[in-house]
Amino acid sequence: MIAEKEKSALKKQEVGNLDTVERTRSGKVFVPAVDIFETENEVIVLADMPGANEKSIEITLEQNVLTIQASVEDDTPEGFDLQYSEYDTGDYQRSFNLTDTINRDKIDAKYTNGVLKLILPKIEPVKPKKIEVKVG
Amino acid sequence: MFFRDVLSMDPFREIDRLQSEMNRLFDGVSTSNRQRFPEVNIWTNPEVAAITAELPGYDPKEVNLSIVGDTLTIKGTRNKPEMKNGDHYHRRERLYGNFERSLRLPFAVENDKVEARFKNGVLQILLPRAEEDKPKRIEIKSS
Repeated sequence: MIAEKEKSALKKQEVGNLDTVERTRSGKVFVPAVDIFETENEVIVLADMPGANEKSIEITLEQNVLTIQASVEDDTPEGFDLQYSEYDTGDYQRSFNLTDTINRDKIDAKYTNGVLKLILPKIEPVKPKKIEVKVG
Repeated sequence: MFFRDVLSMDPFREIDRLQSEMNRLFDGVSTSNRQRFPEVNIWTNPEVAAITAELPGYDPKEVNLSIVGDTLTIKGTRNKPEMKNGDHYHRRERLYGNFERSLRLPFAVENDKVEARFKNGVLQILLPRAEEDKPKRIEIKSS
């Protein structure tokens, strides 16, 4: 388990097969490494997506599945030849199942320094109603 | 649990993972097997070398570069997200803390002309080749 964690954190993971959707762009697709944590009122998702084009980031919610997608900017310096390569670049895609406790209308997203931060607010718990019994 | 990762259910990915795990086991016990971070790509043209590295979530102010001789050292820190008491993780795949990596440069560089940029979590370092290290054309005189 630890090895897997280490691997996913240090090495980019390519998407195995993309379910049923065919891609219309060539190139590799990576699964961004994520941290997901829950605070009192929100669920926060942090996804490492270095080199993504801010404008290409798409977050879609279809039924229960939240999908993040982004295409990567070509970072080849002009007029240079690649001498040595340890990492590949490519687009990013990953999907998550949401539960009913998330307020779907208020999902917020920010992209800074190559990290996408999703803020998923929780639905406020319904306060228990007290029904008084009148004594007649 | 709020989330179940859809992609992690793919059996082919699991096979892939096992395979690379096996490769790791048979790779021997040499320390060269240790993970490198960050991973780099090195580009060159006759005048300049460019090194790129993916450092998402690293504050550019917390990334330090130094050159001694022909060795470039990159150091940096990534801080944990702020969490209050009672907050808890559902999934943890990203690493935090310090890293340090040294690289041998392909040629001597003009130390004071080195430039570094940081955009969307990608670091790019441009290292101009030292004048005295550039290849010189030697003319052949015919008699």
